[in-house]
Amino acid sequence: MNADVASAPAVELREVHKNFGRTEIIRGVNLSIPRGERHAIIGPNGAGKTTLFNLISGRFPISSGSITVNGRSTADLAPQEINRLGLSRSFQITSIFPRMSVFENIRCGLLWSHGYGYSFWNLLGRQKALNDAADQLLERLKLSDRRDLQAGLLSYAEQRALEIGITIAGGAEIILLDEPTAGMSHSETESAVALIRSVSEGKTLIMVEHDMSVVFGIADRITVLVYGEVIASDAPTAIRGNAAVQEAYLGTVAA
Amino acid sequence: MTLLRRHWPWLLAIVILLAFPFLFYDWSKGRHSGFVLTLMSEIGVMAIFALSYNMLMGQAGLLSFGHAVLLGMGAYCAAHVVLLVKAGSFWLPTELVPLAGGLGGLFFGYVFGWLVTKQRATAFAMITMGLGELVSAAALMFMGFFGGEGGIPIDRVMDTSLVGVKYSSPWQVYCLVLVWAFIAAILMRLQTQTPLGSMANATRDNFERAQFVGYDPRMVRLYQFALAGFFAGIAGGLYVLIYEIVTFDTVSAAKSANALLAVYIGGAGGFFGPILGTIVVVLLQSGVSLLSNAWLLYVGVLFIVMVMYAPGGLIGLIFMHMPIWRAGRMRELLLPYARAFPPALLVLLGFVLMVELASFTTIGAAQGKKFSIAGHTIDTTTPMPWVIAIAALVLGGLWLRREARGFRERWDALMEGAKVASAKTSADAKIPLGKAQEAMS
Repeated sequence: MNADVASAPAVELREVHKNFGRTEIIRGVNLSIPRGERHAIIGPNGAGKTTLFNLISGRFPISSGSITVNGRSTADLAPQEINRLGLSRSFQITSIFPRMSVFENIRCGLLWSHGYGYSFWNLLGRQKALNDAADQLLERLKLSDRRDLQAGLLSYAEQRALEIGITIAGGAEIILLDEPTAGMSHSETESAVALIRSVSEGKTLIMVEHDMSVVFGIADRITVLVYGEVIASDAPTAIRGNAAVQEAYLGTVAA
Repeated sequence: MTLLRRHWPWLLAIVILLAFPFLFYDWSKGRHSGFVLTLMSEIGVMAIFALSYNMLMGQAGLLSFGHAVLLGMGAYCAAHVVLLVKAGSFWLPTELVPLAGGLGGLFFGYVFGWLVTKQRATAFAMITMGLGELVSAAALMFMGFFGGEGGIPIDRVMDTSLVGVKYSSPWQVYCLVLVWAFIAAILMRLQTQTPLGSMANATRDNFERAQFVGYDPRMVRLYQFALAGFFAGIAGGLYVLIYEIVTFDTVSAAKSANALLAVYIGGAGGFFGPILGTIVVVLLQSGVSLLSNAWLLYVGVLFIVMVMYAPGGLIGLIFMHMPIWRAGRMRELLLPYARAFPPALLVLLGFVLMVELASFTTIGAAQGKKFSIAGHTIDTTTPMPWVIAIAALVLGGLWLRREARGFRERWDALMEGAKVASAKTSADAKIPLGKAQEAMS
């Protein structure tokens, strides 16, 4: 339905392969994610979902094929350069700055997009717009009362929220979330889903997730990855009815 | 007024540091104690050096074994600048010689930083160590710049002062050191609150995450390294003015180790830790070394004890008391501390006596020195003093263990109390949020 709106897709993968030694983890993935889509990638353990994220975000180089972000090839770009194209990611294993305060964590996520670069002459305490933006984001994350606490001392669910906060702080248009609700209780998952829905408003979201209620609750389109290959990529209702998917993945969950 | 209210500790420190040398002022001859002034100038220089080292270690998590290279290169640059000014090549006020050292340090910090910051962790430490050895070797090979073993002597009386001071006396130099030490410390403190300073912490905490918020961790480390070089260079420039000579020891591994010792002993966590550590290390080095042949052993033992039992350093030990202090229960620690003091002192005296006996029977005898306490010469070859030393050590140790147990119980109880108190306040703070969540759902 939105196919004609975006000229270049937000993220496009063409015949992407990735080998670790002689083991082929990603075997020729083709995927095009249009701007503004909320896209979920599902698949059994070891299917290569996180590896796919690592390839898109530039953490690992691809073995062959091509990846474009906003129409630009990312082949020669370092992770920070891909980030500056407007793509930001979170990590499956919480990755924050544990010895800095919660507020400072968020501010680190904001610095580059606010144009500070490597400045060693601006005093952070005096950058009102920056600090206000960080405080507003903390408010949205419901972490305001933890503002000055060391991030490493937060509870697990709070650290996951902070992880999402750091990811979206820079205002990236393409957001990659790697299992944002992993290890959360039911009520924590619910508030995380609400948070994800609100922060991805008007943006492109790509999400790896195991919790099917989260996936079907958020995603416009779902890609099913099995052993490094895409076996289906379609709207949620179609995925639910897809026989191959049921056999490979959903069937095993239901059984 | 706000300046006074907000920054009074800095102002107080300036007043104390200016007044302190007068305690040793010789009123009959009307002059300062040169030893005390040189000692305090040394502390000032080494404090800048240690703080600049902490820009790498504390702030960016980079363990360098070659930081003295930056101090030394700054010192050599400053020395050459002084020579050029004296030769009339250009004009520069004496007060700005440390700045010339700083710019030299900045330049070499950038060049060397470009080499070393490609790596991190162990590889970084090893490369800095190699670089230190390389420059030390170069200092003896390239006579033109480094002056070989003799180094480069200068005369600090340049007659180019902005304020009409000749800098012929140690007091005048000390005042200049003090001014630069404060400028450097304030700038380094402010640097921790800049985007670069903050991202240095971020790359220390989580190298990879920093990349995914748009920063190249390598560039963060490079700029941090170059800036650390700038401040180390300022220390080098002051060093030249104090001693009027720069030799290859300024780039040596021993000088690098000094910064590391000061930061570890003082504590890398707080901004002022390295200053505390510097005071202790320099006093041991310059003060205790006059009294004892074994001063280096004391430094070593202190370092090991700190790393083993107080990895946060002296500043960490002070900060540990903060929860109890905030709970207003510091007074309850007075008695346990008072009780632990005599056995601790006994252990210390026993240990020092033992070390001194050993050093006087070996090095001391070779130098023809006699061990004497309060005028009594002690024959170190008789068993009596050894027995006393061992007895003090053993008895003090056992007594200290007993007291330590009681101290620990008291400490744990106080900490528990402080925790409960702070948990209560944070629970109170949570109530409005809980209500807000209810209202939303």
